[in-house]
Amino acid sequence: MSPQTAGVLQLLALVGALALVHRPLGDHMARVYSSGRHYAPERWIYKAIGADPDAGMRWPAYLRGVLAFSAVGVLFLYALQRLQGVLPGSLGFASIDPDQAFNTAASFVANTNWQSYAGEQAMGHVVQTGGLAVQNFVSAAVGMAVAVALVRGFARSRTGELGNFWADLVRGTLRILLPLAVVGALVLVACGAIQNFAGIHEVGQFAGGSQQWNGGAVASQEVIKELGTNGGGYFNANSAHPFENPNPFSNLFEVFLILVVPFALTRTFGTLVGSARQGRAILATMAVIWLGFTALMMWTEFAGKGPAFEVAGGAMEGKETRFGISGSAIFSVATTLTSTGAVNSFHSSYTGLGGGIQLLGMQLGEIAPGGVGSGLYGMLVMAVIAVFLAGLMVGRTPEYLGKKIGTREIKLAACYILVTPALVLGFTAMAMALPTPPHSMLNPGAHGFSEVLYAYTSGANNNGSAFAGLNADTQWYNTTIGLAMLLGRFLPMVFVLALAGSLAEQRPVPQTAGTLRTDKPLYAGLLVGTIVVVTGLTYFPALALGPLAEGLAA
Amino acid sequence: MNTSVANTARLLGAGLRALLALTVVCGVLYPLAVTGVAQGLFPGRANGSEVKDASGRVVGSSLIGQRYDLPQDPRESQDAQNPPEAAEPDLRWFQPRPSGGLGSNTLNRQYALLVSGATNKAGDNEDLVKAVTEAKEAVVADNSTATYRVRPEDVPADAVTSSGSGLDPDISPQYARLQAHRVAERNQLDVQRVEQLVADHTEGRVLGFIGEPRVNVLELNVALKALTEGRG
Repeated sequence: MSPQTAGVLQLLALVGALALVHRPLGDHMARVYSSGRHYAPERWIYKAIGADPDAGMRWPAYLRGVLAFSAVGVLFLYALQRLQGVLPGSLGFASIDPDQAFNTAASFVANTNWQSYAGEQAMGHVVQTGGLAVQNFVSAAVGMAVAVALVRGFARSRTGELGNFWADLVRGTLRILLPLAVVGALVLVACGAIQNFAGIHEVGQFAGGSQQWNGGAVASQEVIKELGTNGGGYFNANSAHPFENPNPFSNLFEVFLILVVPFALTRTFGTLVGSARQGRAILATMAVIWLGFTALMMWTEFAGKGPAFEVAGGAMEGKETRFGISGSAIFSVATTLTSTGAVNSFHSSYTGLGGGIQLLGMQLGEIAPGGVGSGLYGMLVMAVIAVFLAGLMVGRTPEYLGKKIGTREIKLAACYILVTPALVLGFTAMAMALPTPPHSMLNPGAHGFSEVLYAYTSGANNNGSAFAGLNADTQWYNTTIGLAMLLGRFLPMVFVLALAGSLAEQRPVPQTAGTLRTDKPLYAGLLVGTIVVVTGLTYFPALALGPLAEGLAA
Repeated sequence: MNTSVANTARLLGAGLRALLALTVVCGVLYPLAVTGVAQGLFPGRANGSEVKDASGRVVGSSLIGQRYDLPQDPRESQDAQNPPEAAEPDLRWFQPRPSGGLGSNTLNRQYALLVSGATNKAGDNEDLVKAVTEAKEAVVADNSTATYRVRPEDVPADAVTSSGSGLDPDISPQYARLQAHRVAERNQLDVQRVEQLVADHTEGRVLGFIGEPRVNVLELNVALKALTEGRG
């Protein structure tokens, strides 16, 4: 069997597995977020918080909950890293410097997991397990909560209430992420991922001498890193490290974990707004983009254009033997079209056009299928833009899911889609214009520029992967990427929740013969076109200077 | 003003208590429970898949690549001012992929850790073109014997490129077969015998289509060593 055929079969197997769990998981999540029951452990947590889980919140209150919880998360994680040197159970590792500790705290709370440190030599058990892995759960649950609040905005009428943030946070963590993580972690250990609390292992080598590697709770962190679309590796090599991703099966399983919740949330959305067909239109839009990107990535990586790859006879630099080109390409597209940013192969050593596909995937706003929660709300904002454009064409007031898209709604949606491009292009321009930041580039020429563009694209879109040749552990990059991550995560959430609040207050408009049917293939096609045009026009000049220049020269 | 400060403080307090409660669940109970079950069900794998040779000595992990180099002059490696020349491969053993991105720790230097990583070099980077070209020449030169000439176009890509982790435990079956003649010659073994050893240690795709066929270098070398010692 040729590697190409095997790659296509892997992709089909992945589609089959995702289709199999789509309905049950989507319906389960819909039940979780509309259930009136509180389990005993949840009631203890609400008591500790001092919150009434049944109290409805209007959008400003919901937003305050999100921001307060996240602010405390940044401070707590910052403090934990700064104190690592004196904490027990840290293998004697030193405390993290202030700029890097800020960057890492912002990164994990913003569901980005950009890493300017190398895990195995910097972070001990306490920070990894008690700090970083916890944010992998809760930052994901925050994203899902915001998405559900937006869906409730569409589903509810003549109320300003979007649900209770604390209840959504706790339920998302305990009823959705945690059970999946327990099962997934054991699957990964069965494949060979390590799971222990040992110190540094020193083992003999075949040819004499010894090697030292870390013990750690790797499998339990790996699984939530993928499932919560976080992406922060226990080790520097992330999911290319054999202890995180030991064999080809674990590789495909990890891609499945990355995609499973974002895709299933479209079913949750359909159920909550009372129309499974609306959910399927969103699902189809996401799936078309994802499959198209994966096909393009496989094509360019198997073609292997680029002087070094042509001498080598294939684009295997930065890729592991056990995954090969297709296992790497499938992973790389899944990680950049979601907000994951975990890597099983090193993006900087992809072909020029392959790097462009990764960049564009993030620049689309990570909505196909996107991060857990953030993918759905990002896609729904694009859906609002698309009905607006359709409305302009026929001269009708646009409607989506029985809600009028008026001036206020379209302003909020427009603000949402302007935040990340402003951050990405603004910071990239600054870094290129200043004398020192360009010194961090590893590669010469167009690829060096791509490294900087990639860093801010990844940060502001909360992805976290990198063209990792860039030396990002400088005060400039730690600080600016930290800011890009926080603003790129929380500013859009402000607009999403404001939009949700404004939609929830409206009374529904009846569907008429003139209403644009948003559950039809024609609309899904319009949505794909809107996404590509809006993003393409925004980023095309920057892409032309980086990956396109490199890819077309090869 | 005072009430808004008090409200903010109350909200942050609620946030902190929520974080601490969820930290107990997700940061303490969950990893401990998973570790307990993992250590009970899969102790070998949960602790790093260590491999022993025929004499029972631990020689590494089947998942973590290592070098098979000739011993270096100890005086050289102790001299911090003059880093030693790159180690020469010990051609009796099967050789792994290059690991140009593998590092050692720059922080917390009480350990001598393997810091995983890739070269991150782009396809049009001159340094990478040079490294690949030299690696290819070396593979051709090292593996050509009196009776077997390696042609440059026979060298597979994995033999001359660094992996993502720098710790890739595997090589492609093509690269292993290409080394069989040289390994047989250096160990005075029959070529067919060594080729058979490679075939026995070739793992196919999982379920026939997941991943790529591969050969685990450590397990192959352990078996090779047993073969040479068994022959006495």
